[in-house]
Amino acid sequence: MDNFEAVIGLEVHAQLATDSKIFATSSTQSGNLPNTQTDPVTLGLPGCLPVLNKRVVDFAIKLGVATNCKIRHESVFARKHYFYPDLPKGYQISQYDKPLCEDGYLEIRSDTGMKRICITRIHLEEDAGKNTHLDHEPYSVVDLNRAGVPLVEIVSEPDLRSAQEAAAYMKLLRQTVRYLDICDGNMDEGSLRCDANVSVRLRGAEKLGTKVEIKNLNSFKFVERAIEYEIARQSALLANGEAVVQETRLWDESKGATRSMRGKEEAADYRYFPDPDLLPLVVDEAWIERIQSTLPELPGQAFDRFRSNYGLSPDQCELLTEEKLTAHYFDQAASVHNNPQGIANWITSELFGRLNRDGMAMSRCPISPQNLANLVKLIDDEVISGKIAKAIFEEMFSSSTSPASIVEKRGLRQITDSNQISTIIKRVLDENPAQVIAFREGKTKMMGFFVGQIMKETGGKANPQLVNELLTKELA
Amino acid sequence: MSSLVKLSASQMRAGLLSGEFTAKDLTSAHLDRIDATNTELNSFLLVTRESALESAENADKTIKQLGNKSPLFTGIPVAIKDMLVTKGIETKCASKILEGFIPPYDCTAVYRLKEHGAVILGKTNMDEFAMGSSNENSAYGPVRNPWDKSRVPGGSSGGSAACVCSGQAPIALGTDTGGSIRQPASLTGTIGLKPTYGRVSRYGAVAYASSLDQIGPFGRTVEDVAMALQVIAGKDSRDSTSIGAPVPNYLEELACAKGKGLSGLRVGVPKEYFSQGIDPEVSKSVHASIKALEGLGCQLVDISLPTTDYALATYYIIGPAEASSNLSRYDGIRYGKRSKNHKSLAELYASTRSEGFGQEVKRRILIGTYVLSQGYYDAYYRKAQQVRTLIIEDFKKAFSEQCDIIATPVSPTTAFALGEKTSNPLQMYMADICTIPVNLAGLPGISVPCGLDSKGLPIGLQLVGPALEETRLLVTAQAFMDQCPFDVTANIV
Repeated sequence: MDNFEAVIGLEVHAQLATDSKIFATSSTQSGNLPNTQTDPVTLGLPGCLPVLNKRVVDFAIKLGVATNCKIRHESVFARKHYFYPDLPKGYQISQYDKPLCEDGYLEIRSDTGMKRICITRIHLEEDAGKNTHLDHEPYSVVDLNRAGVPLVEIVSEPDLRSAQEAAAYMKLLRQTVRYLDICDGNMDEGSLRCDANVSVRLRGAEKLGTKVEIKNLNSFKFVERAIEYEIARQSALLANGEAVVQETRLWDESKGATRSMRGKEEAADYRYFPDPDLLPLVVDEAWIERIQSTLPELPGQAFDRFRSNYGLSPDQCELLTEEKLTAHYFDQAASVHNNPQGIANWITSELFGRLNRDGMAMSRCPISPQNLANLVKLIDDEVISGKIAKAIFEEMFSSSTSPASIVEKRGLRQITDSNQISTIIKRVLDENPAQVIAFREGKTKMMGFFVGQIMKETGGKANPQLVNELLTKELA
Repeated sequence: MSSLVKLSASQMRAGLLSGEFTAKDLTSAHLDRIDATNTELNSFLLVTRESALESAENADKTIKQLGNKSPLFTGIPVAIKDMLVTKGIETKCASKILEGFIPPYDCTAVYRLKEHGAVILGKTNMDEFAMGSSNENSAYGPVRNPWDKSRVPGGSSGGSAACVCSGQAPIALGTDTGGSIRQPASLTGTIGLKPTYGRVSRYGAVAYASSLDQIGPFGRTVEDVAMALQVIAGKDSRDSTSIGAPVPNYLEELACAKGKGLSGLRVGVPKEYFSQGIDPEVSKSVHASIKALEGLGCQLVDISLPTTDYALATYYIIGPAEASSNLSRYDGIRYGKRSKNHKSLAELYASTRSEGFGQEVKRRILIGTYVLSQGYYDAYYRKAQQVRTLIIEDFKKAFSEQCDIIATPVSPTTAFALGEKTSNPLQMYMADICTIPVNLAGLPGISVPCGLDSKGLPIGLQLVGPALEETRLLVTAQAFMDQCPFDVTANIV
């Protein structure tokens, strides 16, 4: 299979998180009773007309700018026709000939360095409702709450060469829309959807192979697995001298395979034409500049900054900048106490772990970045030991109080007075003569016993390094 | 028959304000008139008797309270073409596929009339989904022309035209996509105005051809037509194609201009509109009317609109294309009629639409689907839009260089007999050759009655103006009708 090269392009749909729909006034909220977020325009009632939601355009321009696209000065809405119960008007308002954004790119991190994945176009359209086929019932039901929710369709050039690259591109797209606060990127809820176009050709060949569209990829895992499967399937066909059929296939997770969608032999004729109910969308330089000025630091920029400013490892930078909220949290903590490595460790191991345990999102983190930073400072200043810090951390998490107040309240200051520690060491050794003899006879594990006793006596507050140093001296 | 139904709307207002009669009297008189004439004319699909009387009662209260500060349409009965949605009142566009559909909202134009106190008498008959020129395409029977009940009133707003003509209401709303207000106005001797595209909101007007549709009024006097336009015109945020330009005070302009003649007005007479296709009696009457305009001080200018010949074909590509798209929503899923003859989704769609749509609607959906389909889009739809820009250019040039207003016939013939043109759709399409170019150009046009033919059937004069020049049309129409009176109440007996 090595002499085959995979060529992959992704078509991603992202739901834009505006309050109302793209052409109608109903709410875009999800999870409500069916058909409660409707209005005449959403229902496609006779006589209703679409009116463009300006905020939707703001969001789309934001994405276009963030992905280095050219924003078209005048773009056009077009009607895309087909009959289906979840499509109230019998057509979807989309963009065809003149999309809002074109010729952009995103750069993914691959093993060979940064790779540019070009974006052919980004355009606006409305979502359809939801059809549900009921088992054991002779009918299906239609919920139009989702009909009219704003979507951007992001079409990439077929620049991806592996399932891993495809997953990386998807992840970066998701990260980007979340950073921009235009979409929550929930693949399992359907706010971010991915279709993949996969073809295979002999390495070095110029012509593209027959492409197959794969649908129903609603997680990164599925994207990667399905594409991998498809590449293998197509390579096997070609290696066997057979042809790849141009078709649409669905990923079947239970079977770990793609399967052909029945009844999709011909390409549909959508009879696109410009929607006469909507004026062409005019976006001037001033609008673009306004959006540009509101752009936050982008994921790639945050990563680079963390690398250069904080000197953290690539893995750590990736973890800390995965979410804008986390990056911001880190920045705030690092500005209070200058130990980026220490703070990074505490966040990525302790904090993330603790949040995960409670299934809590970072946005609800009970420990303020300032308090976390101060905790690390207390350790760095040797006011408390690392072990004590963990207990303090736990209390900070449940009570949202400052570490200093907890240290004072519970008297957790580390004991660093050598005389004090020596006195305790002498007492412990005096009280445990048998163990001392055992140690002198070669049972070096007794060190652990003695340390344990000392820690018990000091309530765990003795500085461990000092204890070890002084104990070793005493036993010598 | 009460003499109240012969009055114009502005006379009705005067009578209401002076206390000569009540709104209840007025509405009752009209409801009686409808009772007496609707069986024969079939102009109303639905008469909303109870709510009309209730509105009338409220109107009387308003007049008692506010006197001449009462809103303009207080107590004035109006009829609404069934193409416009009316909240809580069945709206079916004369089609079986929408039978039983009760809209949950009002068309903006209807809403504005109601806000101004209008009494809605009911919904008028029409060609199904506004596709037709004779009102013979209704699923609920044809409308008859009050002038000669063996003849058509024109279409598609035949019901509204017959209604105003016969005294069932002083004012009615219609829609005009290719002539559907002006042509029936011409055939019934009433006045019909199609405003500039975008002057009146299309929100609530069931869409036929979105880039061509406009709502407009029928009346028996120019003043009444202006009264209606005053209320319904103006920006609507629910219609992205509605124009934001301020609405002039049409009634004030008319009052100012009354009796002052039209000196200096250049009237363009396009030769292409007087070809052999036009009935010689129509031609003669229209020419005489144009001469009368000259008598009022107008300067006549011979002009040429060379792309006129292409207008019909252009319209019958663009109109059906947009219609095929707009009518996709009638699938039996969410509202209207759903066929019971199906064992699959595809059959549900096919049966519902085959059973629900009439012949002409199906014909236009098929044409429209064809011209938008892959392989044909460029040759037909795109080409038609390009020709459309040439038609727009023709008018632009004429108005900027040669004339201020254009005068033409409205219809090539007077009212034809029921059944005369139904076997040949193309022949029926020819009825709109004078009106269609105006829709393609998005310009305002008005039909005023200008004479009778030898059979005693009305002939209409069309005046076309530059965009947003409804005032100019109304002023000219008023001056013409003052000069050449026409018996608009001939059929109110």
